[in-house]
Amino acid sequence: MSGKPRLTYFNGRGRMEPVRWLLAAAGVEFEEIFLETREQYEKLIKDGVLMFQQVPLVEIDGMKMVQTRAILSYIAGKYNLYGKDLKERALIDMYVEGIADLMQMILVFPFSPPEAKEKNLDSIKERATNRYFPVFEKVLKQHGQDFLVGNKFSWADVQLTEAILAVEEKIPAVLSGFPQLQAFKVRMSNMPTIKKFLQPGSPRKPPPDERYVETVLKVLKI
Amino acid sequence: MAGKPKLYYFDGRGKMESIRWLLAAAGVEFEEEFLETQEQYEKLLQGGSLMFQQVPMVEIDGMKMVQTRAILNYIAAKYNLYGKDLKERALIDMCVGGTDDLMGFILMFPFLSAEDKEKQRAVIVQKATSRYFPAYEKVLKDHGQDFLVGNNFSWADVHLLEAILMVEEKKSDVLSGFPQLQAFKARISSIPTIKKFLEPGSQRKPVPDDKYVETVRRVLRMYYDIKAN
Repeated sequence: MSGKPRLTYFNGRGRMEPVRWLLAAAGVEFEEIFLETREQYEKLIKDGVLMFQQVPLVEIDGMKMVQTRAILSYIAGKYNLYGKDLKERALIDMYVEGIADLMQMILVFPFSPPEAKEKNLDSIKERATNRYFPVFEKVLKQHGQDFLVGNKFSWADVQLTEAILAVEEKIPAVLSGFPQLQAFKVRMSNMPTIKKFLQPGSPRKPPPDERYVETVLKVLKI
Repeated sequence: MAGKPKLYYFDGRGKMESIRWLLAAAGVEFEEEFLETQEQYEKLLQGGSLMFQQVPMVEIDGMKMVQTRAILNYIAAKYNLYGKDLKERALIDMCVGGTDDLMGFILMFPFLSAEDKEKQRAVIVQKATSRYFPAYEKVLKDHGQDFLVGNNFSWADVHLLEAILMVEEKKSDVLSGFPQLQAFKARISSIPTIKKFLEPGSQRKPVPDDKYVETVRRVLRMYYDIKAN
């Protein structure tokens, strides 16, 4: 056994991508198993490794972890990306939960019917620019520090960076009203572990395409 | 300043109910302000109290906390209901993730049309009995202990009891294939703080009715056309 965390998911972003980001940001190498067939999935269920019959699954430190939030919280806690005390953790939790709500809109986007896509894109733009980005712009402006919480790199910074890039893929000029976020994005992208993750050949997955959608629908029989 | 946590939400379950359960289980008294009008909501928004313009919001320890999960995490940790180490916390997080997903099927239930309600009831029961309850039944059977994690009362136990009772409201005999869960339900219900919360006159909210749905729609100007998931 290699000792490295092992991720089981589709070969694409979905709910596993924040986990890949966080492990990479923490400088932790990991292995991946990609679900490609219904049979693979049924075998996982039969073997009893999926607590609620769902992926993501991350095998880490002897545990077969499911539930994305549980996995992310564990990694953040283990690698000191979760603040120094309960109150910093509370702030980080508030921020990552808000960002997760925005990311949820992006997560389901590829699965929405073609006629709904334009409306959904408008919703993503509206929420990003009116609800979520202004919050973090204000946080950074008010304390003037490099990182969102406690003047120290944390899970919140990783999650926000991922979200900014994901929204920019859909709406390239989305940061135009947010100078603090523009500077933040540059700063985060230059951190060595993140810089490495953003280079070709890393475990980072590309934006979901039709093949990805097809695979998910086929494996999960949706 | 009272020092008690203060909850801002509608006078009903929704996303705030799990927070009421957890505070009550921890023996923590709390105050509540109920949103009844658009004006109250606008006032909260303009006052900058709602980080993402949403409720639940809980004033606690000098913070205006939003995001249900963040609030629950904080309360669980503060009152020692979050396990003794990172691994126990991981197990608790996995457990509450499941019960959260299960209760998520029930959250939008009151907002559905009558026809969709019947379909959704069947979905709730199917998910509970084929996906969620078996997982917790197995956890309890495998270790034979009274509580889900670490042989100690935790947030996971509170959340599971809440979920069991909510599903039972939709189908009263839903626990019939789950002897461990039946015993668990009896055990956890008789813990003094929880017993008190289950008695009439507590801050536990009743099953959402039309008045609740109408209030939420009016205050938020949303949720007029919800489809089953």
